Amino acid sequence: MQTVFARPESLATVSTHYCPGCTHGIIHRLVGEILDELGVRERTVGIAPVGCAVLAYNYFNCDMIESSHGRATAVATGVKRARPDLCVFTYQGDGDLASIGMGETIHVANRGEKITVIFVNNAIYGMTGGQMAPTTLPGQVATTCPLGREVETAGWPIRMAELLASLRTPAYITRVAVHTPLHVAKAKQVVRKAFQHQLAGRCFSLIEFLSTCPTNWGMTPLEATRWLEANMIPYYPLGEYKTPE
Amino acid sequence: MAKKLMKGCEAIGEAAIQAGCRLFFGYPITPQNEIPEYMAARLPQVGGTFVQAESELAASNMIYGASAAGCRCLTSSSSPGISLMQEAISYMVGSELPAVIVNIMRAGPGLGGILPSQADYRQAVKGGGHGDYRVLVLCPSSVQEAADLVIDAFDLADRYRNPVLVLGDGLIGQMMEPVEFKPRPPVALPPKDWAANGCKGRKPNIINSLYLVPEVCEQVNHRIAARYQVWEEKETRHSGHNLDSKYDLLLVANGSVARVCQTAIDDLKASGVEVGLFRPISLYPFPIKALREAAARAKNVLVVELNMGQMRDDVDSFLQGRVPVHFYGRQGGMMAAPEEVIEQARAILAGRSN
Ligand SMILES: Cc1ncc(C[n+]2csc(CCOP(=O)(O)OP(=O)(O)O)c2C)c(N)n1
Ligand code: SF4
Repeated sequence: MQTVFARPESLATVSTHYCPGCTHGIIHRLVGEILDELGVRERTVGIAPVGCAVLAYNYFNCDMIESSHGRATAVATGVKRARPDLCVFTYQGDGDLASIGMGETIHVANRGEKITVIFVNNAIYGMTGGQMAPTTLPGQVATTCPLGREVETAGWPIRMAELLASLRTPAYITRVAVHTPLHVAKAKQVVRKAFQHQLAGRCFSLIEFLSTCPTNWGMTPLEATRWLEANMIPYYPLGEYKTPE
Repeated sequence: MAKKLMKGCEAIGEAAIQAGCRLFFGYPITPQNEIPEYMAARLPQVGGTFVQAESELAASNMIYGASAAGCRCLTSSSSPGISLMQEAISYMVGSELPAVIVNIMRAGPGLGGILPSQADYRQAVKGGGHGDYRVLVLCPSSVQEAADLVIDAFDLADRYRNPVLVLGDGLIGQMMEPVEFKPRPPVALPPKDWAANGCKGRKPNIINSLYLVPEVCEQVNHRIAARYQVWEEKETRHSGHNLDSKYDLLLVANGSVARVCQTAIDDLKASGVEVGLFRPISLYPFPIKALREAAARAKNVLVVELNMGQMRDDVDSFLQGRVPVHFYGRQGGMMAAPEEVIEQARAILAGRSN
């Protein structure tokens, strides 16, 4: 019998703790497939964040390091500078990367570290139970903004891809979504490119994934997908924001 | 290598190079800027890498990463910066990673001042960050000793898979003294087969300090604490001065202020008064047994420090009321002068001190 679908070798043979309809799982799979296709699993080190993906160190079948909240890119810098021959990626949520780790994020991009950042923007703090994130949309309800985000006091949601693309240092920075099969297929090409830029020693790469959190958004998976399409994509336009060429 | 006149900070940097460290991550702060500056110039000459991080938070997490990848690496800072590094130090203990951290202490609290101090003693020896843990703390009182201890620190960190803190006061970092780097016999250390550096030919390694099952987390706490027991048996270090005399008073001091005490003791000796000095070199594990032996021959103990009496509290509890423990300290970047120590010593010997 011909195999038409299999688990990538770069993903461990375990079931994840992610909620039904959460797109963290799809993003893991895309990274796993690309590590397989590029043949780099055995020389890859992944850095897990603090957030819903904290247990990613159990899900990727490569060497993994658990970081403190927000410092994944500093840890990745340490690994990559120690061993430039390794393929290094971080996997971080929006609270991790754009709030507590904002300083590390800007400086890792500005130094042009040859690493790949998988940035999962779900507009909320998933793990701690649905608090406001730096990416929560205006008017969006979260447990720490029960009447919806007020931009007068909380500021506007931060567009990380645009912010990082404004840096002078060459980089590959793209925003993608994974809520339809077509988007997944396109996102996979972006993940491949991002890792290729790293492996060629060309530049820093970051992919911002618009991701769903049905649990903390208080929606069914289908409603979450529709909400992402209707609300997140208009505020966070998809596309390539910076290429090294 | 012949003796060379070096600043304490530079000798610390060179010692790290001699120990095979090829990675430095740090952020500027007085009075230890000569360490990153030395490393920025020296590391490229030996094929190493220097990174000026955006903060001490980042620098310490960079050494977490470099150490996780199995490489020797160094960071250094001074008091306010060391506070920011406590997050990564706690994570490194939890993940059982070796690391060498140098703290060239300045006065506090807050921004304090840039002059020498020993105000971080308690933070250093009791753990410093969150969670129940210790780091091995080595305290030099000369430039040569600073260099030797840094080299030892790398071996100790690798042997025990635990961060080692070299705790110097600002004077140790700034003063110039002759230093010699003698060739050392190679030390047998366990292989770093736990490192996250690519899983070719083996199962993936995971560097982690998250243990959600309380029974497992408890076991990890016990496993880590077991190494402190070993340190207390094997890794205590101390030195002394005039300890073979018949002294009534024993001084206890560490770092640069121990040198001041030594001068005071020599002056007293010249006038016929015998006073001993006990100098702990490992502040954690503290050489408790040796302290008790030295104190058993004294009627009084005087602890001299550049803080409000942090080590005094420990000495007091180690001696368990066997000998009265007195304290003299200077703070805020002020250095205790030999005359001040002599005056304190004479007062105690004359029964005039409380
Ligand atoms: C220093 C520190 N502060 C706060 C926390 C608590 N905390 C854990 S996860 C998290 C937010 C995670 O949100 P995000 O990064 O958006 O990831 P998600 O869970 O949504 O995937 C917070 C605040 C922590 N673990 N450490
Ligand atoms: S809480 Fe949200 S982000 Fe976390 S696993 Fe569940 S759906 Fe996904």
